[in-house]
Amino acid sequence: MVRAIALVVGAGFTLVLAIAFYGSISGLVGDPSPKIWTGAPQSAETEAHLHPRAAGLRSDGVMGKFDKQQLQRGFQVYKEVCSACHSLRFVAFRDLKGIGYNDAQVKAIALGYDTIPSVNPDTGEPATRKGTPADRFPMPFANDIAARAANNNAIPPDLSYITRARHGGADYVYSLITGYQNQPAELLAKFPDIKTPKGLYYNPYFANLNIAMPPPLKSEGQVQYADGTKPTVDQMAKDVAAFLVWAGDPNLETRHQYGFFAVIFLLISSFLAYGAYRNVWRDVKH
Amino acid sequence: MSFPWARQYQPKAPLMRWMDEKLPLPRLVYNAVGAGYPVPRNLNYWWNFGVLAGAALAVQIVTGIVLAMHFHSSAAGAFDSVNGTIMRDVNAGWFLRYAHANGASFFFIVVYTHIFRGLYYGSYKAPREMVWLLGVVIFLLMMATAFMGYVLPWGQMSFWGAQVITGFFSAIPVVGETIRVWLLGGYAPDDAALNRFFSLHYLLPFVIAAVIILHIWALHIPGSSNPEGVDVKGEQDTVPFHPYYTAKDGFGLLVFLALFAMVIFYFPDYLGHPDNYIPANPLQTPAHIVPEWYFWPFYAILRSFTSDFILPAKLWGVLAMFGSILLLFFLPWLDSSPVRSNKYRPKARIAFWVLVVDVLVLGYCGGSPADPFYVIVAQICSAYYFLHFLVILPMIARSERPTPLPNSITEAVLAKHDASPATAH
Repeated sequence: MVRAIALVVGAGFTLVLAIAFYGSISGLVGDPSPKIWTGAPQSAETEAHLHPRAAGLRSDGVMGKFDKQQLQRGFQVYKEVCSACHSLRFVAFRDLKGIGYNDAQVKAIALGYDTIPSVNPDTGEPATRKGTPADRFPMPFANDIAARAANNNAIPPDLSYITRARHGGADYVYSLITGYQNQPAELLAKFPDIKTPKGLYYNPYFANLNIAMPPPLKSEGQVQYADGTKPTVDQMAKDVAAFLVWAGDPNLETRHQYGFFAVIFLLISSFLAYGAYRNVWRDVKH
Repeated sequence: MSFPWARQYQPKAPLMRWMDEKLPLPRLVYNAVGAGYPVPRNLNYWWNFGVLAGAALAVQIVTGIVLAMHFHSSAAGAFDSVNGTIMRDVNAGWFLRYAHANGASFFFIVVYTHIFRGLYYGSYKAPREMVWLLGVVIFLLMMATAFMGYVLPWGQMSFWGAQVITGFFSAIPVVGETIRVWLLGGYAPDDAALNRFFSLHYLLPFVIAAVIILHIWALHIPGSSNPEGVDVKGEQDTVPFHPYYTAKDGFGLLVFLALFAMVIFYFPDYLGHPDNYIPANPLQTPAHIVPEWYFWPFYAILRSFTSDFILPAKLWGVLAMFGSILLLFFLPWLDSSPVRSNKYRPKARIAFWVLVVDVLVLGYCGGSPADPFYVIVAQICSAYYFLHFLVILPMIARSERPTPLPNSITEAVLAKHDASPATAH
């Protein structure tokens, strides 16, 4: 009885799948210019999109650590270039101790910000105040509408998790910032629709090829590093990518250190447990 | 409830004798997982995975309860509480979050292995049908729990995954949309949905724990099966659970924890999706909406049904997706072969391995974009999946010629070791 119903149900699903299969195959056969594995005609994006180039950061890989000097340079780039448009709302000033600043330096950095939202203590009107280490980085725009109005209808994403919210991570951020180029004529000839509209910029590392962000790092020396490192565009891009890795994953180094001991401990324990198991079963054939 | 030669609990210390009179919990433990529970001596490592599943549940409950102390279950506060507070400011919050998120993946890895062990060795067959049925119930509860848990951080995938999965209910004719809105508490996933998902996500693991107790109780009536599939005949076929299988399970548990630690500490984001680090935006659809990897085979089955046939394609997809799990309830009656273990069933063994490949391919298709190539492969594999359980296994059970079974577990063990029976313990 069960088997009879099962046969009917199985045959039923298989029949409907066969119909769907026939539909898929005939759709594929009838298509004038498909790629068998995309089914969509070749698009400009699939043709021109580039995979990220490796940034080669100290934080890469299972042995990853933070290069605090690089993080401080990256913070300087964020502060002087990126923070005009991009928020970093999950990072607090006190977290900057994690990139090597001491209490006095953190306090000074926080005092340098005077746009922390506050309330006038006498009148109750909205006001701003100077930052304290407990505060988080302030938002550059009052709200999303203001952000769009200043950025050609695009909202600059918050950068706190940017290296974890994109495939390719830090490599993607590094490649994107340094990847602006002129739109190739061959691409434009093949796909006229991809012509970069006014107000956008061509960047093959961006999935949609035309990005609303203008090239943020245009020339060497845009930021004068406090430690005297030569501020080439490539250097600044790597440094800010490293800083953003830290911003998204401030516990990376701690995690790797604890992980080393945890895994070693568990492997040794497993080895001992295996010995105990063999000992318990010594006299029993199994 | 056990074998006649099982050791008896004999408390010596006065406190333990008092306890045994008033509330015999130590006796229960002794008889369930102690020296009082005889287990076949020939179990292989595939039998470790039940205990590992229990351990994974324990990890999820402990990490989950602590995470819940810091989680804000509102659309406005959820993402910030997880990624702003727990990951950064809560002491070891990052560890709890990674352990919980990756713990879910490890729970499914272990449970899938456990299920496939059951399929290969005929653990679902008489007299253990109830164990199997309860197991399928646990699996369904796990899927519901995992789905709701993934929505809680309120990232892009959380929101859009909720949008897609709750959209299934609207496929039900006539009342579907009403049911969907009733379940969500609104027209789209929002505060109401998030709050109730949090409530149910906290509740269901304890329901799972209760069903696991029934699952183990049902198992302990006939006792464990074994790789040969033949019944226990006498004392020489078994060993007491403690210390033999406590030692083996302890080893297995430590290996599991070592692998788990490697993922938590070194690859915490590998099994996840980057889009879930973007706060949910109802106005911006991700390029590719995919659930977590453990749902991929079922997602592939869902997306295979692309043509209407009497019923709309969407409804077929939903029916097939749920059907693919519900058919497992009937397995003990579909596969009527009296031979339990595929070790002695040549045709069933081949079908089993085809199924394993089939499910892996379905998983790969489910995680890929719905391009024609993947859809076509998924359609073929989905057809095989249904045919395997509903047509092929019943047919094999009728027509197959199994190879000769050993007379007893001990005979099989000794044959393996090629020693004379006189030296058996």
